Amino acid sequence: MSGVVMFFMQIINGLNIGSIYALIALGYTMVYGIAKLINFAHGDIIMVGAYLSLVLLNTGMHWSLATILSILGCALLGFTMEKVAYKPLRKASRISLLITAIGMSYLLQNSFQIIFSANPKPYPAFIHLPALKIGSITISSNYYTTFIVSVFLMIVLNLYIKKTKMGKAMRSVAEDEGAARLMGINVDQTISLTFIIGTGLAAVAGILYSNCYTIISPTMGSLPGIKAFIAAVLGGIGSIPGAVLGGFILGMVETLVKAYISSQLADTIVFLILIVMLVFKPAGILGKNVKEKV
Amino acid sequence: MDTSKVVLEVNDLGINFGGLRAVDSLDMVIHENELYGLIGPNGAGKTTVFNMLTGVYPPTDGTIKLEGQVINGKTPHEIAKLGIARTFQNIRLFKNMTVKENVLLSLGAHADYNFFTGIFKLPKFHAQELAMEDEAMRLLDVFELRDDSEKLAKNLPYGKQRELEIVRALGVHPKLLLLDEPAAGMNPQETENLMRTIDVVRKQFGISILLIEHDMKLVMGICEKITVLNYGAMLACGTPEEIQNNPHVISAYLGE
Repeated sequence: MSGVVMFFMQIINGLNIGSIYALIALGYTMVYGIAKLINFAHGDIIMVGAYLSLVLLNTGMHWSLATILSILGCALLGFTMEKVAYKPLRKASRISLLITAIGMSYLLQNSFQIIFSANPKPYPAFIHLPALKIGSITISSNYYTTFIVSVFLMIVLNLYIKKTKMGKAMRSVAEDEGAARLMGINVDQTISLTFIIGTGLAAVAGILYSNCYTIISPTMGSLPGIKAFIAAVLGGIGSIPGAVLGGFILGMVETLVKAYISSQLADTIVFLILIVMLVFKPAGILGKNVKEKV
Repeated sequence: MDTSKVVLEVNDLGINFGGLRAVDSLDMVIHENELYGLIGPNGAGKTTVFNMLTGVYPPTDGTIKLEGQVINGKTPHEIAKLGIARTFQNIRLFKNMTVKENVLLSLGAHADYNFFTGIFKLPKFHAQELAMEDEAMRLLDVFELRDDSEKLAKNLPYGKQRELEIVRALGVHPKLLLLDEPAAGMNPQETENLMRTIDVVRKQFGISILLIEHDMKLVMGICEKITVLNYGAMLACGTPEEIQNNPHVISAYLGE
């Protein structure tokens, strides 16, 4: 394989994993923007989505129905998680919320280990479209499907937030919750909706991810979850375009490091990016510098 | 005036913050289409009264009735929907949204299409969306803000931001509009214009307005009725002439 072809293959790999990170990062950033909470259990929703769809596919259900039901299942889980674990703590300190979120993450991982055992399970991938051939580059259907679906969802989400009244309500709550309330916005409902959308997107990410890697385990969500969190921080947490940008940058960096430097160093470099970012530009690439109120 | 419909009736309203009695046994009746002033020195509890009327602070005792319905205990967004809207002493616009979006937001809190019609862009959604855009622009016209409708709220000059806050509050379709020092930081010319517009708004929309102001002279000029607060307690209540000649008020403002 020539160097140029190899490079393009890596770019495609990077776009693939980057779009998955971006989908997950969107959930992180939306929830942070509105509820000021880093939902560390968000990564585990990918895993829940993957297992739900596995169980449904194994019953012989058509993949489309299985996918829709898995997304709805995760959305319901996100909704419940917020109501049960986070809402009662909304007036508590941020650190309590953060600890609860970490606890929630372990709760999900461990309950899935009890139900499905800790052993990885094969996932019956269902994306079987013809591969795309451009010159000497072949792109498998998983890759372009992941990319197209993710970009499509990002565009829809962006339009939803920009154009609809619920989207405007979300932006207003993110800016000034108190003022939004006084303009008649139901803040509780808006926060619930944010969790529903975020976890729904994570479910999609989980299913796309499982189609690429075809092996799932109860801890599969934790590393992509952390990386998506880094992507959100990199782009500027709270910023939706930032999450998408951060996701793609991270996916690309990770893939290129794996290909050209060392596959063992890939994660080290990704985490190094987080540290460097936090030191030099804590607000992220597209984040606003928040001036401390005196 | 007293024969017209009562919009807001406040009885024996009080609130404690820990050991501090911030507002004590306040009574107030605001009639339909009335322009009512709430004045008092700094720290008298004026903004606290606003916060109780809008549900931000639950009163410790007393009742608040909007058109006969008791509203204390309701959440701020419920109260907004029932018809009390407000502006803020320190401007609290949604700064990163456009001028029009700020107004659409409060209009949208009342539109009755839901999540799904919004996602699937059903015809009802389109019809309502268009009607709302139209109404937003008409509201912006009241303060000649139409040409700024696509600007981000944070890029408006200060005076216009204050006006936009009033427009946004009008989007709630209030029966009672609470204005918290709307003229703060304005020069005398701007203040005079603003006061005239407030009067126009009241007549054009047929709403009642409760106005907090610092500046006695200003309130005297346009309000029909005034309540004076001092240290959380009602010092006087009456027409501007009655207030101006009330010895308690004079001593509170000027000292003994």
